[in-house]
Amino acid sequence: MMLFFNRRDLVVPGDLLAEGDYEAGENVFRIDKKFYATRIGLFELKNNKIAVIALNAFYVPKPGDVVIGEVVDVGISSWAVDIKAPKLAILRAVDAIGKGFKPDREELTKVFAVGDTIIAKVKAYDRTRNPVLTVGEPGLGKVTRGRIVRITPSKVPRLIGKKGSMISMLKRETGCQIIIGMNGLVLVRGRRPEDEELVVEAIEKIERESHVEGLTDRVAQMIRRRKSLGDREAQVDRGGWA
Amino acid sequence: MEIEKPRLIGEDGRRADGRRPGDLRPIHVEVDVLANADGSAYIEQGNTKILAAVYGPKEIHPRHLGLPDRAVLRCRYHMAPFSVEQRKSPAPSRREIELSKVIREALEPALFLEYYPRTAIDVFVEVLQADGGTRCASITAASLALADAGIPMRDLVAAVAAGKVDGLLVLDLTDVEDKHGEADVPLAMMPGLGRVTLLQMDGLLTPEEFKEAVKLAMDGCRRIYALQKEALRERYVRIRKEIEGEGP
Repeated sequence: MMLFFNRRDLVVPGDLLAEGDYEAGENVFRIDKKFYATRIGLFELKNNKIAVIALNAFYVPKPGDVVIGEVVDVGISSWAVDIKAPKLAILRAVDAIGKGFKPDREELTKVFAVGDTIIAKVKAYDRTRNPVLTVGEPGLGKVTRGRIVRITPSKVPRLIGKKGSMISMLKRETGCQIIIGMNGLVLVRGRRPEDEELVVEAIEKIERESHVEGLTDRVAQMIRRRKSLGDREAQVDRGGWA
Repeated sequence: MEIEKPRLIGEDGRRADGRRPGDLRPIHVEVDVLANADGSAYIEQGNTKILAAVYGPKEIHPRHLGLPDRAVLRCRYHMAPFSVEQRKSPAPSRREIELSKVIREALEPALFLEYYPRTAIDVFVEVLQADGGTRCASITAASLALADAGIPMRDLVAAVAAGKVDGLLVLDLTDVEDKHGEADVPLAMMPGLGRVTLLQMDGLLTPEEFKEAVKLAMDGCRRIYALQKEALRERYVRIRKEIEGEGP
């Protein structure tokens, strides 16, 4: 049993991670008793399982995931949705309108048109066929306002934080509503554009610096600094403080 | 008209550009150089300059080109019209089509294509300046672009040519050495796994010389491999240093 890296060490494809009786986790492949990294990421060992937390990956759909996507095509009884996965997702009209859907009577573009952004849930996916989405649950459906930021899907857990620490801090400090798609698209809705801008910057910081420890503190610090700066500017605008 | 063959090895045993037989040219590699591609890399190996970009895995069009059991790796090797001394027509030549296939087959063993059926992975290799060894440098750069795109890989693929000029076995041939030398042996491998993914030969070598050339090229690949890994780490190390520098 030999480990060649410590927890959270940066590894790249081809790096020999360990030798011995371990299990292969995410982004790791095994030849006999040798374990190699398949992606750029951070080394992780948990319950004898060797894994790499990818720093750059694409989204592979999983049933039950909430995702954000863009409608790219409207068919007779379904929509095609780009969810930034290797394959386009399909949203069937029955899953959006309900059982009473009649292809000859209803106009699908009245529900979702090409270019619309939607929040949906992955209903089924098995790698050989295109993923199937549904919007038949509360909170899902067309996005009418807000801003979209894209991050690497493997960094979504980092954006959420331990027990939601990062995301709840972001929401609390900015008063914005943040909806995270598991495919790495994040919807930010705030009362003022400045608040949204602040969240977008914070998310970009998380994307860039996720491999360095102390991320939550750094982000909190950045937000506080920016907020006090913003307040001062507002004061100057109103003729105060100057 | 016969062009006179230049002298390739000097009296001191050095090559035309001052290298010793087993030396690589100076190599500079960089990843994530293009914002619009999913992954990209740039390599300078002596005067050879190549840009590689990767897209995917993505939906394949037209649909019938997709394979039910694995992803399709598509590769385009292309030389810019200004990459050589006499303007090259930008239309793909017979040579470029062949090299596209050779590069694709050198990269395929490194990928888990079976995980992404009915999709395509596109690799674009653009030679900006050619001075020998472009197929090898293309493979080196393309494998970095694939890793940068977040596509899972068994190992990085590194490539370099060995050959024989003026009766001497040398590593990493330049354009003149290739043109006027006796033999050229391009080799690509996954050094971490010790597996060769491309091996070609042009010219004449004795079996002993061939073995020696392969050994030389494999050694060169291992040195390039170290540079590739360093290039992949560089960005993350830089960000870490930036943060630790401004910290308390």
